[in-house]
Amino acid sequence: MIGERSAVISGAGQSEVGRRLYRDRLDLTVDAALAAIDDAGLTRDDIDGIATYPGNMDQPPGFSGVGVVELQDALRLELDWYNGGLENPGQLGSVITACAAVSAGYANHVLCFRTVTEGSAQGEKGRSSVTFGGRGDVFRASGFLEWTLPFGAPSAANWIAMCAQRHFHEYGTTREQLAQIALNARRNAALNPKAIYRDPMTMEDYLSVRMITTPFCLYDCDVPADGSTAFVVSRADSVADLRKPAVRVEAIGSAIHGRPSWDQWDDLTTMALRDAAAMLWSRTDLTPADVDVAELYDGFSFITMAWLEALGFCGKGEGGPFIEGGQRIARDGEIPLNTHGGQLSAGRLHGYGFLHEACLQLWGEAGERQVAGPPEVAVAGAGGGPLGGCLLLTRG
Amino acid sequence: MTDKPFRILPRLGGSTEFFWTSGADGQLRFLRCQRCGYYIHPPAPICPVDLSKDLAPEPVNGRGTVHTFTLNHQPWIPGYDPPYAVAIVELEEQEGLRLMTNVVGCPPEDVRVGMPVRVTFEHHDDVWLPLFTPA
Repeated sequence: MIGERSAVISGAGQSEVGRRLYRDRLDLTVDAALAAIDDAGLTRDDIDGIATYPGNMDQPPGFSGVGVVELQDALRLELDWYNGGLENPGQLGSVITACAAVSAGYANHVLCFRTVTEGSAQGEKGRSSVTFGGRGDVFRASGFLEWTLPFGAPSAANWIAMCAQRHFHEYGTTREQLAQIALNARRNAALNPKAIYRDPMTMEDYLSVRMITTPFCLYDCDVPADGSTAFVVSRADSVADLRKPAVRVEAIGSAIHGRPSWDQWDDLTTMALRDAAAMLWSRTDLTPADVDVAELYDGFSFITMAWLEALGFCGKGEGGPFIEGGQRIARDGEIPLNTHGGQLSAGRLHGYGFLHEACLQLWGEAGERQVAGPPEVAVAGAGGGPLGGCLLLTRG
Repeated sequence: MTDKPFRILPRLGGSTEFFWTSGADGQLRFLRCQRCGYYIHPPAPICPVDLSKDLAPEPVNGRGTVHTFTLNHQPWIPGYDPPYAVAIVELEEQEGLRLMTNVVGCPPEDVRVGMPVRVTFEHHDDVWLPLFTPA
């Protein structure tokens, strides 16, 4: 039994999105939540479940802050089921879990949300405001950071850069190829009124901007932002009176078979999303050739390339030649990719932005950036390193 | 004595203390299953291969290769002065026996994947950080 097929995405909503909004995070969250509920043609009385990633956390600044309880209380929801947390198959693991909950009959309409205020929490100094201790500090590292901080590698940028570097070494991948992820995102962002960076970007811009951690330059790293994104995941047989045809969940991928680690993963060129992608295809008769649009996590550009390979849009190690020139991944190409501008240009809504865009594309609601068709099959994948979760969606 | 760079140090007192203090006698040690010989890193209470709990730190020869690296340019941490080379080094003794470290003793831009390296320790307080230099 493919349980996720009894789940649908009945509505999607998103708050205002900006580089730094300086707005209350719960305020953003209720905007997204009410928009999603309304989009589904439901009312808050219909909502009987909540799922969120990563739950309420104080650190890193702006990474979360709103958990299940804050949203439940703000909207006085009467819940039969809820779940929030970080130990999930990536950011979209919360949505996958919601699919399981409605499939199991624990709830009929689960409100899923992800809120970030990293843009304003980091303030005008940007990411350099995020500190990890320093000279004169008696702080000592423990947990995973014990293995990274002493060596001056506190950031996922460092860890994923080493995955990319290994890919460059094994397969001859180049910065000019990787650049296409960023350039494609920027081209699409130009057509997305909510995207943060919309000005044109050239290969020359990409190659001349400052390096962060080789092979990643600034434009390989996503843009901290403020915003909240929400979905209603509903039981397919409970949605007769929806406002519009629900997006169907064809298959999910949540697997992780290798070591759950940024640096101990067996094949750094694939990361954990390899297993999630393989599981997704094991649960459907559809194939990569059936996919009309792909919305794939780009916290760092290389992660998107790894998703393209893992999902079989090209062979293992062939991501570089596949995206070279950018034509295949363009909106009118073989597999339109990150049509809203991704996190690289539209802003780091942390996984949920990709699923939101996949839904808009399937509903034909993507405005100027709408892929012709509209598309019938979309894939959304989120997470890198030891995180990965993905959903294959079809137009209802 | 040369001025050592600032380092954030690992917290001692737990299952990893042997690792961070191992360099006191110039030897790098990893936890090893006494039954099947598998090296376990990071340290864990059980061997993931044969589920034995008979484990003990054992020295390795300190030689390995750069599995991958990044030349870090971003000033993430006050006191750490970029650019510097962060690497994942794989030890000779076992495929996949890796640790994150810095490659020192050569210009950071000279670091390459596959480069042979050997361990060197940087002593700070009660910690001996394992770094690697070209072999």
